[in-house]
Amino acid sequence: MHGNFEHPFIKFNRTMIAQKSFKIIVVFALALIPLFSFSQEEGSIIKEKAEKFNATDMIMHHIGDSHGWHFFGSGENSFTIPLPVILFTDNGMVSFMSSEFHHDTEGEYIVEKDGMQFVNYHEKIYRLDEGAASLNFDEDHNAVNASKPWDFSITKNVAAMFLTVILMLLFFFSLARYHKKNTAAPSGFNNAMEALVLFVRDEIAIPQIGEKKYMKFMPFLLTVFFFIWITNILGLLPGAANVTGNIAVTVSLGLFTLALIIVNGNREFWKHTFWMPGIPTFVKPILAIVEVMGLIIKPLALMIRLFANITAGHIIILSLLGLIFILESAGVAGISVPFALFITVLELLVAFLQAFIFTILSALFIGMAVAEHEHH
Amino acid sequence: MDLITPEIGLFFWQTIVFLVLIILMAKFAWKPILGAVKTREDSINDALASAENAKKEMQNLKADNEKLLQEARIERDALLREAREIKDKMIADAGAEAQEKANHIVAQAQTTIQNEKNAAMADIKNQVASLSIEIAEKVVREELSNKDKQRKLVEVMLDDVTLN
Repeated sequence: MHGNFEHPFIKFNRTMIAQKSFKIIVVFALALIPLFSFSQEEGSIIKEKAEKFNATDMIMHHIGDSHGWHFFGSGENSFTIPLPVILFTDNGMVSFMSSEFHHDTEGEYIVEKDGMQFVNYHEKIYRLDEGAASLNFDEDHNAVNASKPWDFSITKNVAAMFLTVILMLLFFFSLARYHKKNTAAPSGFNNAMEALVLFVRDEIAIPQIGEKKYMKFMPFLLTVFFFIWITNILGLLPGAANVTGNIAVTVSLGLFTLALIIVNGNREFWKHTFWMPGIPTFVKPILAIVEVMGLIIKPLALMIRLFANITAGHIIILSLLGLIFILESAGVAGISVPFALFITVLELLVAFLQAFIFTILSALFIGMAVAEHEHH
Repeated sequence: MDLITPEIGLFFWQTIVFLVLIILMAKFAWKPILGAVKTREDSINDALASAENAKKEMQNLKADNEKLLQEARIERDALLREAREIKDKMIADAGAEAQEKANHIVAQAQTTIQNEKNAAMADIKNQVASLSIEIAEKVVREELSNKDKQRKLVEVMLDDVTLN
């Protein structure tokens, strides 16, 4: 949409992947043999329970959010970290641990709190109406005897987000602490982090926003870059959450960019948005509509790009592994696991790339909003 | 549709967490890090600039030294030349003086020799004269010892006179 897919960085990546992909596949295939068997085990349990393996359900379950952090196993035998469920109902706030649902996501296990009954149906919490014994749906799949309370639970994605925050605070407070004591350049991990900070400053902020004004936006750009990058990488770990592949997260991030554009846009930016100079008057209102749409589409494109790229990567990996269970043959693993590994390695690059693209486009949009236009 | 329907709870947490993260990081991480990096870059630039200055000063100093050395060399050459000239002059002067002195001595010696020679000659002349007179006396005495001889002498003399 913005022509950034021709960025030299991507080209470089493509060549690199082409040259090294074979080696990477072989090395990772050998390194991940233990996981291989783990996948099969998980699959067999799923099959036992569901009789027939449903790939869509499996994938949607993995890329979606949930109230507990599930690692392996199923039903009462699954290993799941319970997370707090926080609900706002008409009768006030209710909170309990997700473990009280006993791993049930089919709306069967009823939790009673403060005289209210709650069920977890496909990771959505419903409050059963007075006297209802079980959750019922009509043809349009709307609950007929239950209501949805405001759900502000610490879900798996929120917990994963906290993990990213903790890692970022650890990494960068350590770097900041180093700088308080030393004047020389840091070494090791601190140095790597500092190099990335400088990358954001020198390759993203200064070229897009300009030497004069970039400093004001550095906290946002650095935070958004490292937040997306670290979250993306954590999302690739087995059992991890798909945070940046969740539309709610990217909507929030995109709105931050939009807010910065709106708050920091200068007089000329708004003039060019609503009353473009240098064109016939009757065209101006039409162009204003286009410009306002553009203003909204810019962050919308950001949020969709990040969400779609990360989710797509996860879906591809899960689909390739799902092939094993669809075809009900362990032999397929010989093909689908190396492919899934190849995609995983590709996702490592995508993790960085999407963080880079989100940050550079945010910087570009902000730069456009604060630019001092030359008068024609 | 669940996939593209934002959950309000997650949206809420993301916004709050991200906002708090930006504030925390800006205050406790990005500000000191970027500040330290800026300070370091400035100090590196300063160091490079001062190194450049030092290099220039060094070059100036070197040029000055070269100049001084050149001057010293020229002065040395001049001094040497002067010394050589003085030496030559002294040698020449000494030679001339010696020559003069020698000439003077030779001339004096010649004069002395001449004088001695003259004196010797005069002495010899006197001695020869007195000897001659003695001889002549003796000869005349002998000649005039007999009459014949006297006459004969007179005759010879007269002859000579006539002849004259």
